[in-house]
Amino acid sequence: MSTPFYVSPQQAMADRAEYARKGIARGRSLVVLQYADGIVFVGENPSRALHKFSEIYDRIGFAAAGKYNEYENLRIGGVRYADLRGYTYDRGDVTARGLANVYAQTLGTIFSSVGEKPYEVELVVAEVGDTPEQDQIYRLPHDGSIVDEHGSVAVGGNAEQISSYLDQRHRDGMSLAEALQLAVQALSRDTNGTQREIPAERLEVAVLDRTRPQKRKFKRITGAQLSRLLEAGSTASEAESAKDTDGT
Amino acid sequence: MDFLAEHQPELLPGNRQLPPVKGTIEAPHGTTIVAVTFPGGVVLAGDRRATMGNVIAQRDIEKVFPADEYSAVGIAGTAGIAVEMVKLFQLELEHFEKVEGAQLSLEGKANRLSTMIRSNLGMAMQGLAVVPLFAGYDLDQGRGRIFSYDVTGGRSEEHGYAATGSGSLFARGSMKKLYREDLTEQDATTLVVQALYDAADEDSATGGPDVARRIYPIVTVITEDGFRRLTEDEASTIARSVLERRLEQPDGPRAALL
Repeated sequence: MSTPFYVSPQQAMADRAEYARKGIARGRSLVVLQYADGIVFVGENPSRALHKFSEIYDRIGFAAAGKYNEYENLRIGGVRYADLRGYTYDRGDVTARGLANVYAQTLGTIFSSVGEKPYEVELVVAEVGDTPEQDQIYRLPHDGSIVDEHGSVAVGGNAEQISSYLDQRHRDGMSLAEALQLAVQALSRDTNGTQREIPAERLEVAVLDRTRPQKRKFKRITGAQLSRLLEAGSTASEAESAKDTDGT
Repeated sequence: MDFLAEHQPELLPGNRQLPPVKGTIEAPHGTTIVAVTFPGGVVLAGDRRATMGNVIAQRDIEKVFPADEYSAVGIAGTAGIAVEMVKLFQLELEHFEKVEGAQLSLEGKANRLSTMIRSNLGMAMQGLAVVPLFAGYDLDQGRGRIFSYDVTGGRSEEHGYAATGSGSLFARGSMKKLYREDLTEQDATTLVVQALYDAADEDSATGGPDVARRIYPIVTVITEDGFRRLTEDEASTIARSVLERRLEQPDGPRAALL
C-alpha cells in the first residue's frame, strides 16, 4: 500500500486559486461602470448569441468572465433563485445582496470541496437603485469572497491593469456615451500599453437604466443605437481634450 | 415550471387538494372581459366589478394584466385563483425569456395558459372556475391575436372580437354590430367601452363606468411597441364621451338594418 503524499492545506488552496486564476485570465476582460442614469456593462465578445451579460431580475444584472458552461450554470441558478423569491414573496424582496450571498456560498463550497475542480469564473452582480447612491455592485472572485465595489469594476484576464486605468478616469455622473467611451478605451489597452481598435460588432453592451418606465430595467444596446452612442462618446471626448488644450 | 414542481410543489396552484364541500363555495368572481383586434394590434379591456353571489364584493378590482411585453390576460371567474394563475403565468414567461434569451411564441404562450387552466379543472367543478381571455401581438405575423378558453383548458383563436365572463353574451352581441375590420386604435378602445357598457346594462354582475367614484374600465392596447394601459384620464375621456351619447340614446349607436 502506497502512502499518500502530504499536501498542506495552504498549498492545496494556493494551487486551486492558481488554477482558477489562469482559467479566468484566458478569457477577455469586461467592465461594469456606474453612470448618471444607471449601470453599464461593456465587454469584448465575438459571439452574439452567447452572452456575458444578462438579466437576473427587475433591477439586477449579471456579468461573468471565465468558462462559459460554468457561469451559464450559475446564471440560470441565479434566475431561478430570483424568480422563486419574487414569486413567493414580492418583487421588491429580490436584492443583489441576497443573490451575491448565494453565489458566494456556491462558489466558496465548490472552491474548497476536494472532489470538485474549482470554477474558473469571476462574476459581477449589479443592482440599479432609484438614485446613483443606491446602486450596488458586487464582485465575486472564484474563491467565493465578495467585494463591494463603487464606480467601476473590471474582471477577467487583464483586470488589474484595466481597473487601475478606470479608477483614475471614472467620475460620478458621467453620461452613458462618456462611460461607454471610457470603458472601450480601457478594454482596448493591451498589456504592453498599446491601443488596439475594437470594432462595434465585437462589443457586447448592456445597461441597467433606472429611467426606463418598465419594471425590468435591463436592456441590451446593439446595432445602430450602439454605433450612435460610440460616436457621441468620441466627439464628446475630442471636444473635452480641445477644451483642455485651450485652458493650458 | 418543472423546477418549481420539483422543489416547492406547494407553490403551484394545481397541486392543492380541495376539502370535500357541499354546494358551491362563495368567493369573489370577476365578470366581463372583452377584446377587439384592429390593424396593427389588439385591445383588451375589462370592467371593474367583482361579485360574490348577489353582493358586489369589490368595485375597483383590476382584471386585466400584462403577461409580458407583447401580451395580456383578462380574467373572468374566481378572482383569487385567477390572480394567482396570472402571477404564475407572468413568472413563467419572464423566466423562459431570461433563461433562453428569447421570448416564447404567441402560440406557445397561449398553449401554456391552456395547460394551467386545465390543471384547475378539479376546482372548476366545485364552482371555482377561471376562464381567461388571452390577447397579444404576434411579432412573427405582425398582427394582434385573441385566444379564448373554456374551463377544461380548450383553446380557440377568435377572429375580430371576443368576450368572456357573465356579461360576455351581451358584450359579444354589442361588438358584433359595432365591429369593422378597419378600426383605428381610437375606435377599438371606444368599441370595447361600448361593449362593456352594454354588458353592464343587461348583466347585474358587470359594472358600468362609475362617474361618481371615478372608476372606469381598464383598457389596454398591445401593438408592435408593446403593452400599454390607458391612463385614468384617457379611460375617463372615452367612458365620459360614451356616457354622454347614451344620455340621448340609452341603447347606444344603431347599426344599419340592411
